[in-house]
Amino acid sequence: MPKDKAVGIQVSQVSKQFGSFQAVKDVDLTVETGSLVALLGPSGSGKSTLLRLIAGLEQPDSGRIFLTGRDATNESVRDRQIGFVFQHYALFKHLTVRKNIAFGLELRKHTKEKVRARVEELLELVQLTGLGDRYPSQLSGGQRQRVALARALAVQPQVLLLDEPFGALDAKVRKDLRSWLRKLHDEVHVTTVFVTHDQEEAMEVADQIVVMNHGKVEQIGSPAEIYDNPATPFVMSFIGPVNVLPNSSHIFQAGGLDTPHPEVFLRPHDIEIAIDPIPETVPARIDRIVHLGWEVQAEVRLEDGQVLVAHLPRDRYRDLQLEPEQQVFVRPKQARSFPLNYSI
Amino acid sequence: MSLRLPSLSFTWLTRLSWSWRFTWVYLTLILFIPIIALFLKSASLPLGRIWELATQPVAVAAYEVTFGLSLAAAALNGVFGVIIAWVLTRYDFPGKKLFDSFIDLPFALPTAVAGLTLATVYSDKGWIGQFIAPFGVQIAFTRWGVLLAMVFISLPFVVRTVEPLLLELEVEAEEAAASLGASPSETFWRVILPPILPGVLAGVAQGFSRAVGEFGSVVIISGNLPFDDLIAPVLIFERLEQYDYAGATVIGSVLLLFSLVILFVINALQNWSSRYNG
Repeated sequence: MPKDKAVGIQVSQVSKQFGSFQAVKDVDLTVETGSLVALLGPSGSGKSTLLRLIAGLEQPDSGRIFLTGRDATNESVRDRQIGFVFQHYALFKHLTVRKNIAFGLELRKHTKEKVRARVEELLELVQLTGLGDRYPSQLSGGQRQRVALARALAVQPQVLLLDEPFGALDAKVRKDLRSWLRKLHDEVHVTTVFVTHDQEEAMEVADQIVVMNHGKVEQIGSPAEIYDNPATPFVMSFIGPVNVLPNSSHIFQAGGLDTPHPEVFLRPHDIEIAIDPIPETVPARIDRIVHLGWEVQAEVRLEDGQVLVAHLPRDRYRDLQLEPEQQVFVRPKQARSFPLNYSI
Repeated sequence: MSLRLPSLSFTWLTRLSWSWRFTWVYLTLILFIPIIALFLKSASLPLGRIWELATQPVAVAAYEVTFGLSLAAAALNGVFGVIIAWVLTRYDFPGKKLFDSFIDLPFALPTAVAGLTLATVYSDKGWIGQFIAPFGVQIAFTRWGVLLAMVFISLPFVVRTVEPLLLELEVEAEEAAASLGASPSETFWRVILPPILPGVLAGVAQGFSRAVGEFGSVVIISGNLPFDDLIAPVLIFERLEQYDYAGATVIGSVLLLFSLVILFVINALQNWSSRYNG
């Protein structure tokens, strides 16, 4: 079948097995040229394997992989014109920052002047001007990862692949680097796929999110689509906190929620808490109050014994003056249920 | 000759921590005094006589054989040691543990036994020697035999110094090199070899000094012909047999000085090759 040039990466019916473990199963995926896509999933979901298959670091058992329209399935890593960034940087420790970035350029036999100029350009791009003569051991984790990124970008890859690029960094650096990567992508516009298990990271950085579980794609969509319209219970519960209730639960009786599916999913911020009984509420009792910063988490126990987790803004919490053991009334603002044939 | 030490005050020793005191006393008894005694013994001769003994043609030829073959043996083990260490760290195969402990055998085997075994196997009628003899190459009782014995006894060093460094290498760095367009050979020379080079050099240095000092196996597999395959340690032994202690100590001192210089050079190379561990 003819492949569209505008498609940066096309993965078609790709499977990969390690021993008896099915890492990736019949995956189809299309990444538009110039877009920034996150592969999101728990560990063992096959997201890293899929990335390595795209890179050519693993060979698929079946299926085809197309890069910028050409069939790259049988191409070796070195011929695929990809840039790969590893979780633990994988810098060449015996080479200076400058030499690390120049590695791919020197292999391509560019002139010395050209290499030097390109390296300086990249040092500036990743904001490491002046650190070119350091060795990796003299850099912080965040700086090392930026060197790794510069090294990958130096050879002007058609596709940039990042495997948990911020996974080894501490929370603060991770946040900074995330928004920096987003800005960088807006400048460089190279087709980018990155792997993460952090849904917040995926939401913040990516144009499109591919949610994976058990080697399969659960859903592909924009961050908003994924959050607002999760396609499966797995996506619903992976992408944010969720209460899972039987459809017979007390709380749905007053509201008249009627679903044939036995399980109903309810986001904590979709539970309204009131002091006085208002229409469509059911009585409940506060079990515990947990302060999460800008939100307050209230654990409420329904009369049937079911415990729900509800989130409410601080202001609302102050207005209500909630206390443990207090009698309240709760109401689901929005709930979601899925057809039966799934597994979490 | 009696060795009179000047009456020194040792109070400085009591001001040191116990570990330091033990270090000083131990090294003094085991290393410093014997080495100093060797040089003093040589130095008790007139300078012209020392020079004469040190540079007599048979000794010079023995130095050449000893250092030349030791360096060659160390270099050979430098190459093959890396390959063996690579196999041991990168592949899993049945009997790997046994294979691994075989590497250390040259350390455990009495060197005379090693020499005898090699001389038998590599003689004209031996298991391996019989296939090489038709090509006009004789191994046992020639320089080739000396080299073989030196390779044998210094085999484990490079394997053991390189193994941990290979285990430490990130496979991801090799994958990164490939993704940047490096061929397998470019990856070896640019990514794998530089970080293990300090270990290779350390192993080569150890193997070299072991080979220079080797006596037991070489004396058996060598023809011990002066100007041909006679090594310096065997020459020293012959001098001692003739009660020529002065000749023996002078040759020994020369051997020691040369070894020190070569070890310093290898050490300097090693420091240079690990300069990035800042």
